Amino acid sequence: MLEKNLSKTMSSFISVHDISVVYSNGTVALKPVELEIYENDVTVLLGPSGAGKSTLLRVLNGLVKPTEGYVSSKNIGALTSSKQLRTHRKNTGMVFQQHQLIGRLTTLQNVLLSRIGSYSSLRTLFPLGKNERQWALNCLERVGLIEKALERCDALSGGQQQRVGVARAIAQRPTMILADEPVASLDPASSERVLGMLRDICKQDGIPAVISLHQLEYARQFADRIIGLSQGEIVFDGPPLDLNDKALEEIYSAKKL
Amino acid sequence: MSSISEPKNIDVKFEEILEKERRRRFSMMLQVALVIIAILVCFWVTGMFDGSRLAEGLPAIGVLVSEMFPPDFKRWQQWIWPMIDTIAMSVAGTALAVAISLPLAFLAARNTAPNSFVFGFARMLLNALRSIPELIMGIIFVAAVGFGMLPGVLALGLHSVGMVGKFFAEAIEHAHPAPIEAAQASGASSFQVITHGVMPQVFVQFADVTMYRWEYNFRASTVMGMVGAGGIGTELVGSLRLLDYPQVLAILIVILVAVAIVDGLSGIIRKKFQ
Ligand SMILES: Nc1ncnc2c1ncn2[C@@H]1O[C@H](COP(=O)(O)OP(=O)(O)O)[C@@H](O)[C@H]1O
Ligand SMILES: [Mg+2]
Repeated sequence: MLEKNLSKTMSSFISVHDISVVYSNGTVALKPVELEIYENDVTVLLGPSGAGKSTLLRVLNGLVKPTEGYVSSKNIGALTSSKQLRTHRKNTGMVFQQHQLIGRLTTLQNVLLSRIGSYSSLRTLFPLGKNERQWALNCLERVGLIEKALERCDALSGGQQQRVGVARAIAQRPTMILADEPVASLDPASSERVLGMLRDICKQDGIPAVISLHQLEYARQFADRIIGLSQGEIVFDGPPLDLNDKALEEIYSAKKL
Repeated sequence: MSSISEPKNIDVKFEEILEKERRRRFSMMLQVALVIIAILVCFWVTGMFDGSRLAEGLPAIGVLVSEMFPPDFKRWQQWIWPMIDTIAMSVAGTALAVAISLPLAFLAARNTAPNSFVFGFARMLLNALRSIPELIMGIIFVAAVGFGMLPGVLALGLHSVGMVGKFFAEAIEHAHPAPIEAAQASGASSFQVITHGVMPQVFVQFADVTMYRWEYNFRASTVMGMVGAGGIGTELVGSLRLLDYPQVLAILIVILVAVAIVDGLSGIIRKKFQ
């Protein structure tokens, strides 16, 4: 009860209005979902593989177009036109599970890649200016990889690569961060480091984050709020402390009648 | 019960697997036999089994070859410029091919084509260009713009687009989708997704294909000389017409050395791009 009231006093940053997603092959990935993401929360989407976590995250920045419903953001309003969508994407940093980096480019070049959306197509045919380079280095410094700035990305360890992914996301000066299973292919030590980094950055910069995970312990450790997904439906929504066995059963039970 | 029936079941299963394997081996052998028969038929159709003709012809080739010796290099100074022309023709033709292939390849790749109509059209265009031999294109362009290297460059360039564009498109289709999605997620325009999400991934393959094509075009441009496109090929045809076989051999040796140099150079450049 207390949490419910608390949530109400927090302002919504992005809202999902009655969204459902059916892929072209007929897979129902999301059943009609209502959702508010709050300004200062680290929100974790928790659920088994295939629950619809990636789909929901991609709906939040328009990489997946919802079959029904719409998304609106506090800054832009309803995201309908492609221009609004591009503005929204420029303001949203995204961290992916893996492979989003281009291996043969340097770490610095990879971080700079997320800056191109802010320039005209013609301008980006030429190298970006010194201030952008300095800003990218600043982001690398924040994730502790300044020493690797001129190394090829494919020479870095998995954990380091994912930190480049984080640097790349924050280089956009985002007003929100989305992360799709950012630690799925990392060892426990790297996982905790990356998730801790993401959380610290969001808290320092005062921006919301939505992170999808399938590991319960990490969700408990790093989330302000957990949203449990199962087969395209929200089956739990609350703070980590409320996540009891019954809720877990709902999230992880494979088949429901 | 089960302890008695199980071994039997297993035996039956083994038999089934072995039988299946036998059938597979048989069909494999059948396929090999079919290929061999097809090859023999091709030999027969082309007269490769015509023993008497071969028996007469081979010695004639021997005589021809013996007449070529020793190679005659005394006109070597007259070959320097034609050789430079030939190199220039191959470089210009390859550059033209790349310039046309770059935009065309993105239209001919499934993951970057704006729609399936454009995709189909671009693929068709590539196939058409590839299927017209460069020699035929050379003859057409010589007829259109007159003798010289210009028709040679146009013919080499356009014919090369068929192959270079196809390989570029294939490299684009094999580009990893994750960096492309990441570029979209950061608000990049479609053009920026191509220049910054796809290009860095396929650049090495593009360079590789381009260098291979340059090697090929160098060899092809010696032939282009025969239809009047200038260069060392024109010299070669001239000597052949005069039945000056020692000089023909000398020019062939020069071409061989040049081809080896171009191949080596392209190999070095390719390595640099890795
Ligand atoms: N592009 C797609 N086309 C068709 N089905 C898809 C596609 N992407 C995901 N799905 C299906 O949608 C469901 C939800 O997938 P996803 O959102 O990736 O779940 P999660 O990220 O939780 O593993 C799954 O059944 C998956 O197979
Ligand atoms: Mg997923």
